[in-house]
Amino acid sequence: MVAGLGRRPKNGPKNSPRNRPKTKDTRPIWMEKPKPAMQVSKAIALVVICFLALYPLLAVLATSLSSQSEIANNNGLVLFPKEPTFAAYQTIFAGGVVTDALIRSLVITTVGTALSLVVTVAMAYGLTRRDLVGGRFFLMTALFTMLFSPGIIPSFLMVKELGLLDSYAALVLPTLMSAFNLVVVRSFFMNLPQELFEAAKIDGAGDFRILVQMVLPLSRGVLAVVGLFYAVGYWNAFFNAMLYLNDDKWPLSMILRQYVLLGQPMGDSAVAEIAVPSQAIQMAVVVISLIPIVIVFPFLQRYFTKGVLTGAIKG
Amino acid sequence: MSSNSQTLTPQATPDAAGLAPVAEGRRRGRPPAEPAARQARKKSLMARIRRDKVMLLLIAPGFLYFVVFHYVPLAGNVIAFLDYKPYLGFVDSVWVGLDNFAAMFQDGAFWEALRNTLVITGLQLALFFPVPICLALLLNSIVSNKIRKFVQSVVYLPHFIGWVIIVAVFSEVLGATGAVPHLLESLGLPRFDAMTTPEFFPFLVTIQSIWKDAGWGTIIFLAALMNVDQELYEAAAVDGANARHRLWHITLPGIMPVIVLLLILNLGSILSVGFEQIVLQRDNVGPGAGEVLDTYVYFHGIQDGQWGPAAAVGLVKGIVGLILVLGANKLAHFFGQEGVYSNGKSK
Repeated sequence: MVAGLGRRPKNGPKNSPRNRPKTKDTRPIWMEKPKPAMQVSKAIALVVICFLALYPLLAVLATSLSSQSEIANNNGLVLFPKEPTFAAYQTIFAGGVVTDALIRSLVITTVGTALSLVVTVAMAYGLTRRDLVGGRFFLMTALFTMLFSPGIIPSFLMVKELGLLDSYAALVLPTLMSAFNLVVVRSFFMNLPQELFEAAKIDGAGDFRILVQMVLPLSRGVLAVVGLFYAVGYWNAFFNAMLYLNDDKWPLSMILRQYVLLGQPMGDSAVAEIAVPSQAIQMAVVVISLIPIVIVFPFLQRYFTKGVLTGAIKG
Repeated sequence: MSSNSQTLTPQATPDAAGLAPVAEGRRRGRPPAEPAARQARKKSLMARIRRDKVMLLLIAPGFLYFVVFHYVPLAGNVIAFLDYKPYLGFVDSVWVGLDNFAAMFQDGAFWEALRNTLVITGLQLALFFPVPICLALLLNSIVSNKIRKFVQSVVYLPHFIGWVIIVAVFSEVLGATGAVPHLLESLGLPRFDAMTTPEFFPFLVTIQSIWKDAGWGTIIFLAALMNVDQELYEAAAVDGANARHRLWHITLPGIMPVIVLLLILNLGSILSVGFEQIVLQRDNVGPGAGEVLDTYVYFHGIQDGQWGPAAAVGLVKGIVGLILVLGANKLAHFFGQEGVYSNGKSK
């Protein structure tokens, strides 16, 4: 969206980043070999950066795998558990609050993402027609929502007036679509070879059929990225749940807040151990809520480096 | 897959890609477009609606969403002028004019929240903003594709982790029993709990933001670096410019427009800090250090039931914020950049 940032290299962004050929060493011929000192300091910088990015996550994982006594012996800090134990996970999955919340979160995320994608794709496709009746008006209606937010209180009252309090719909509908994602998908659609669709139209295909049979199969990359954005949003969201839901409907993120951040026992937990949160169990909950993100991320991250996103952000 | 998805990569000439075509269609003297579109122009409105009915139906749910959850609630801001009582509703609550706004200016907590907001956004501008630029330069200088992609993946990951998890993770590392206090202690320094020290709160918030989003923030700078004409480097190298010269005279000027643009846009959002991030941690340090404008609205309005006064704060914040963003965008135009929100309007 930050448009017109500069000239495009001649071959376009195909071999992003930087039109590099896919050989191992891509140093251009004119570039001198860096001095060893430079290379070493660069390597150290990279290692430090990766360490800073990953260490907190590893610390959480290590703690979750430690026994309570080991945590106590080490004053709460465990780097490598000597005897890894899954006791914390067993306690959690033995039943009750966390398991229920996990299932709830998975369902909310799946359903929410599917709905968001459908609505976004439909609207984005509709807006690709250049002389659509009212097309500019519809587009502007969506775009202006990037400029303002109606505010917490009016949004809350809206959900209340719609009778959505304490319903799962309150977690999905208010954040159903983002104008940003709409623009991303739409600009992707508009970059597809339009001649294809013209031809299909001449052959008698309707708009909807073109969308389903031609546009969507060509758009897997952008759908994956936008779907990830939505899924991550639903998975991580806690504030709407905090505002709108009673605690028997809480998703995992709210359980995490209540149980790990506030250190409060889980209300009517059937499992006695969970009533007093041990550090290992707390961190196990953190790990559980991290897992889906860490699993999905590698599958999608190649799209980020392949320019879907850079193109999208700029488009 | 790889060759396949490369062809899917949008050939994103930004404007041709995005929104321009809609506007372009309105201009006169456009080059002869597709015959279908041309004929359409001559058709009557009804005929066009009939032709577009599938498209309009597809747009309808999304349009409805934006109206119901973005535009109608805007009108709900009227409660900033009411002594709103939930059991009375909008119609029967007493109209108090600007009283809520007057009360706002006399409320010490409001000024505190405003100050905290500005301190945090100011600190983020000073400490956060340069990080993605440096990181992007570093990433860009990695010659090996493999290593670069690996580091990119590592630094992108935290962006996808939610605030609840991040706060939990940070308590584990920085909190009373975490690694950092241990480290401080072993160095003979006083222990301190970074999570609950009010004076440290703006720094804590900034550090968390850097951890989460500095890597992600490199995307835009990497894209800008990609757009720097590679022949310039080659020519400069041939003329004897060393790496530092090239950085200073080619790379930095090349990405300066993006830096300026993002700086301006950041200034435009100076009243907004990550709401979820703060709302989770405000009570660790108390409202004196942890209250920002958005959390003020939430705690005073929805928690304490002072609907009208809190909505007034929210409304003022929203309006001033909108003016700042639009102003920032204008400023960006002034510097010869296309603002973020310019797409449809100015083309």
